[in-house]
Amino acid sequence: MAATVTQRLWAHGTVRFGVLVLGFMCLIALIAPLLGTVDPAAMDSNHINKAAGKSGDFALLDGSTVAHTFWFGTDSFGRDLYSRVVYGTRVSLLVGLSTALLSLALGGLLGMMAGYFRAVDAVLMRVMDGLMAIPAILLAIALVAALGANVGTVVVAIAIPEVPRVTRLVRSLVLTLREEPFVEAARALATPTPVILMRHILPNAMAPLLVQGTFVAASAVLTEAILSFLGLGLPPDIPTWGNIMAEGRVQFSQYPGNVLYPAMFLVPTVLAINLLGDGLRDVLDPKFARRGN
Amino acid sequence: MAAPILSIQNLSVALPAGGDRVHAVHNISLQIEPGQTLCVVGESGSGKSVMATTVMGLLARELKPVAGQVVLQGESLLEASSTRLRQLRGQAMGMVFQEPMTALNPVMTCGDQIDELLTTHTDWPADKRRAQVRQMLEHVRLPDPERMMRSYPHQLSGGQRQRIVIAMAVILKPALLICDEPTTALDVTTQKEILKLISQLQKEQGSAVLFITHDMGVVAEIADQVLVMNQGEAVESGPRLQVLKHPTQPYTQQLLAAVPSMAPARHGERSAAISEHAALRSQGRAPLLSGTDVSKTYLSRDWMGRSHPTHALHAASVAIHAGETVGIVGESGSGKSTFARCLIRLIDPTGGQIHWGDQEVATLSERALRPLRSQVQVVFQDPNRSLNPRRTVGQSLIEGAVNFGMGTAQAQALAEKLMTQVRLPVEALRRYPSQFSGGQRQRIAIARALACQPKVLVADEAVSALDVSVQAQILVLLREIQAEFGLGLLFITHDLRVAAQLCDRVIVMNQGKIVEQGPTVELYANPRDPYTQRLFASAPPGLEAL
Repeated sequence: MAATVTQRLWAHGTVRFGVLVLGFMCLIALIAPLLGTVDPAAMDSNHINKAAGKSGDFALLDGSTVAHTFWFGTDSFGRDLYSRVVYGTRVSLLVGLSTALLSLALGGLLGMMAGYFRAVDAVLMRVMDGLMAIPAILLAIALVAALGANVGTVVVAIAIPEVPRVTRLVRSLVLTLREEPFVEAARALATPTPVILMRHILPNAMAPLLVQGTFVAASAVLTEAILSFLGLGLPPDIPTWGNIMAEGRVQFSQYPGNVLYPAMFLVPTVLAINLLGDGLRDVLDPKFARRGN
Repeated sequence: MAAPILSIQNLSVALPAGGDRVHAVHNISLQIEPGQTLCVVGESGSGKSVMATTVMGLLARELKPVAGQVVLQGESLLEASSTRLRQLRGQAMGMVFQEPMTALNPVMTCGDQIDELLTTHTDWPADKRRAQVRQMLEHVRLPDPERMMRSYPHQLSGGQRQRIVIAMAVILKPALLICDEPTTALDVTTQKEILKLISQLQKEQGSAVLFITHDMGVVAEIADQVLVMNQGEAVESGPRLQVLKHPTQPYTQQLLAAVPSMAPARHGERSAAISEHAALRSQGRAPLLSGTDVSKTYLSRDWMGRSHPTHALHAASVAIHAGETVGIVGESGSGKSTFARCLIRLIDPTGGQIHWGDQEVATLSERALRPLRSQVQVVFQDPNRSLNPRRTVGQSLIEGAVNFGMGTAQAQALAEKLMTQVRLPVEALRRYPSQFSGGQRQRIAIARALACQPKVLVADEAVSALDVSVQAQILVLLREIQAEFGLGLLFITHDLRVAAQLCDRVIVMNQGKIVEQGPTVELYANPRDPYTQRLFASAPPGLEAL
């Protein structure tokens, strides 16, 4: 008996690694308040640029103080770096996931339209070509500048430049799938076109779409960090790995921890998402699966 | 008796653990002497191709020869190094595969590809190699060898490409020629020529030929010796006449009995009664499906914007009445599938009228067509692709019925009834298409079409992808269903034998035009059009002729 898809995925080393690392990161994000953190926005001028591992009484925003160990030290404003990095996990993962979902939804819809309807194809794909000609990061910067920076706009700004790539992928999948005999059979069975698209075409295009989604998510996490690093991302009161690094950059030579600690989270996360995508493709794409079997 | 060129003794090849059987090939022995052709015949999954690839040393990594010996001219191949095998391939054994387009490199000219072989295996100077290639191309009877050498594979026809592959296989005069289904992807007229070419080259070079095929007609035409395989085991072997005329094993007998005969089946009283009945019923009544002067022209534009029409279908007409089977036969590119697709409005015809019952549908929009589609249903060639792999059989079966307004529960009941009708268990409704064999899937596809309660069933090469024994079962099923529901059946096929077994009337198409039509018995007895005559002459002689 052939193993189920889930079993085959779990048996694949890189998929397992990716899932475990991402699961760990999600867990951190979910239980951030329980991990010995303090309010990441609280600043205490008595604890500026403390070295990692020092402890002391930390003043919170409401004026009360707690005894706290600064595992990663503090930054130039006297904020606890450990808390900021742990809370930053929330934003980074949220941005990655939402961007992937948004660009897949938009790209999937447009791609299906372009692939199935000839008339839409000509117009839509030229617009997409135009969009692709603008460098992704530049487009994102322009969008954030125009829309203002909050989590929603950053997600939209990162998702929009990814949409043409997803659209192209889905369009090419639909172009092959629409010629499949089972789609023709569905036409002969008088299945309405929207139902054909949702029932017969989309499920069969899902696997490559999922793989593309992981790569979008990985690059979204990076792009968000880049935007924040450039000072165009989320405002400093929302900690993200990108803006922690941006603030740490100026005194990198004296206090490298401000850049290195968030990087220690960012790198494995992006690596895990990419590995997950590679593994998914190996297992789900018949061309690769045959080689593996 | 000369020493055998190839001798295989007790060869077994293991399948990876967890397969449906332990050995892909189990305990096979054979010998081929110089100048002899051994046909290995079997259905899909019989292990015949695995055996051939073992000889070539091209087995997939998961397959391992576990016992036995393969000896080519005194040299044991199973123990040979991969370097030695590479030397032997081309020089001592030549290979011809099924699909010439994939066997050739699409970005290299044919001349260069043959030349590459000579560069690898000889130290001849360039001009000698070139002369040799040219001579070889003449030898395989390709017109204009100079042009062929400069051509890329896609610029040639299927038959020409296979000639190039054969030229590559025999240019170094190998002692053994291995042909793995070399004519399966080709039309009958081309198949005839290729078979002739292979046997001519064999005579000239005195080589031994190992010929893998599923087609008993081909066996009858070229074999000296026959080996019948089933499930990885040898069932029966012996000289051609003995195996084909006096088979001793039940499996061989069954296989031979399943080969359709060229003699039209429906000349008995029963079928005469049926056609008379159909004729009576159709008098004064419109046919269930008819096309008049249906044309399909594709327009392509060049860079200047000038349009170049391609006439895929030219003013073809057909009418199908209740209870009647009309066959359309023709080679690839004859327009038979285009015709069928126009008739069921999967593609838009560019001219002519199409009637479903009384309704003219040639120019109706998809939306207006939808309520009418239940009348005309279709069964496609490839059962692996005609069912959505991500939906259960049950979901696929009720889709049409529900679209035409039936309630889900009622459709479910109908689906169960139909499953019994096509002889599949009702539990199968909950399973996915990948859990069924090709023949079973084709039954499901037929049941799906029937679920719409159509008046006409269009079968587009519906049995071409199936093994002969399965093919015979599906043909029986189609006949039963037609008798029960009084369906009109339009049967598109390239196989004259299948058409002879099933059709009341036959239409012969060539290059987008109907060249001849008539009742099957008359047409087969006395084809008048030169193309039809050529087509009939090319069909393998079959078992009756032995």
